[in-house]
Amino acid sequence: MVVSVINPGLATTVQDLGRPGYFHLGIPVGGALDRMALRAANLLVGNDEGAACLEAVFMGPELEFRDDATIAVTGAEMPIRIDGVEQPSWTALKVRAGGRLSFGFLKKGARIYVAIAGGIDVPEALGSRSTYVIGALGGFKGRAIAKGDELPVGQPGLTKEGRTLPEGLRRPSAAPAELRVLPGLYAHRLQEESLAGFFEDQWKVASEADRMGYRFKGGRPLRFVDREPPFGAGSDPSNIVDSCYPYGSIQVPSGSEPIILHRDAVSGGGYFMLGTVISADMDLIGQMQPNTPTTFVKVDMAEALRARADRAELLNRMREALA
Amino acid sequence: MSNRYSFGGDEHLFVECDESMSLEAFFKSLSMTSAIRDSRIRGVTEICPANASFQIKFDPDVIKPDDILAEIQAIEKATTKAEPVINTRVVEIPVFYEDPWTHETLMRFRERHQDPQATDLEYAARINNLGGVGDFISAHSGAPWFVSMVGFVAGLPFMYQMVDRPRQLQVPKYLRPRTDTPKLTVGHGGCFSCIYSVRGAGGYQMFGITPMPIFDPEQKTSYLRDFMVFFRPGDIVKFRPIGRDEHDGIEGDVEAGRFVPIMRDVTFDLREFRKDIDGYNAKLEGEVHGG
Repeated sequence: MVVSVINPGLATTVQDLGRPGYFHLGIPVGGALDRMALRAANLLVGNDEGAACLEAVFMGPELEFRDDATIAVTGAEMPIRIDGVEQPSWTALKVRAGGRLSFGFLKKGARIYVAIAGGIDVPEALGSRSTYVIGALGGFKGRAIAKGDELPVGQPGLTKEGRTLPEGLRRPSAAPAELRVLPGLYAHRLQEESLAGFFEDQWKVASEADRMGYRFKGGRPLRFVDREPPFGAGSDPSNIVDSCYPYGSIQVPSGSEPIILHRDAVSGGGYFMLGTVISADMDLIGQMQPNTPTTFVKVDMAEALRARADRAELLNRMREALA
Repeated sequence: MSNRYSFGGDEHLFVECDESMSLEAFFKSLSMTSAIRDSRIRGVTEICPANASFQIKFDPDVIKPDDILAEIQAIEKATTKAEPVINTRVVEIPVFYEDPWTHETLMRFRERHQDPQATDLEYAARINNLGGVGDFISAHSGAPWFVSMVGFVAGLPFMYQMVDRPRQLQVPKYLRPRTDTPKLTVGHGGCFSCIYSVRGAGGYQMFGITPMPIFDPEQKTSYLRDFMVFFRPGDIVKFRPIGRDEHDGIEGDVEAGRFVPIMRDVTFDLREFRKDIDGYNAKLEGEVHGG
């Protein structure tokens, strides 16, 4: 089966659950920014929950289906149309051969996930079909999809149209947003009141927000503890000897605008980090639009692990609901 | 020096061997990460060495954060006693210094540079108190470099020169990053050299270009068929200055699938190295050429 791209949207890429294992060579895990939404979309159409889907940001693609297909769209709120007729989200939908899937304007959230029964069947690169655009790796020819592309789709399993995920099991995107952060890494570079201020201030998502990282504006500039720069670190107080960057880590170049690294992160660099967004909240970042008011909430490891368990529990309930 | 440990969220353990860069700190990071790899701790999913630190990614559903911390601290104790010896390889990288492509690029971004009247090499030579560009190239290519980290973007090596601190070449990054850097540019920022694996933004000073691809996602380059990334942390790199003709010749050989990088397996002993740095480096260079 083949799906033709009539209009690609803004930056639509093939994504799955990523390629762990190569970050030590600078190749990030990648994959869907909102993992929960990707898993739900796949389960709705009878795919393995890690099958490759399309991830579209801010604007949906327009696709034409050569054969009958079952699809589901999850994630951000964006009107879904099949042959011009509006359809429900988080629901398995039938598209007839020759049918067209298109989208209206984004209402809430940032990224939609389009699963097609059978999964998008581009070749695997390092064990994943995810697109890593900077490295021209994976996905459809290592890049975002473009007009005229013909996307291969695998053999569908058993599908059942109309199947839907109960609302209570969807994770809505909230604005204002709260992101839970475990302080650490190079937090000691900051004056104590300044670190406290980071958690008090309200920030806003800046326009530079993509799969690599999300930048924030609007809080007070951070103040550093005085020091003699260590050999090899660089002269700015925010510099460190280039180190690894954890996924979700928050770096603040020159102390002005925090950047949270996401799943297409650069693997390292020379800016201090004050802490890391906990794993349970990483998916939420991918659904934040520019200008979303955001506060960072300080948590300890016990709270981070509880949040992780809660998220695993939600995922299990979702699996049961769609079994 | 004792490591500093900190958790990066609930999935990463971040370990700083030293806040300053040194061969000792890098060596500790490298030997600990290799010991951690050998120990096959359940729940460890990624091990990433960096210049003077490293990072472990783990699955807290398999191993509790406190338990992984205890395991890694035990390995720190054991490696402190271990012999400072690693098995690695020496690789020769041909470099066309003062090439026309990085020259064109650096002229385009002159207003972002500390010294708009000079080239990156002229500036680097001056602030390192070297006689001129020729002397700087001799210093850059004269002693080998450790690949102290692979990353930032896919396959990009950070390299730290195997000389005493007073002889380290230090050059600040551009005042504002460029939006363009030719692929395979040999760059330098702080005390680190790098090779840009892909074309793109960058802030390091640009000294030259290598005709030898180091990252190939399509895996068409003959020596990158088995794996798309050439460098590994711990590789020892020796730069060899080449001119335009040899550059073009190698480029043609790469294209035709004939080019074979010059490399040899070696054992590196930090104690022997410390005793006689120049002598040890000369021996390494001899090994590259089948000595």
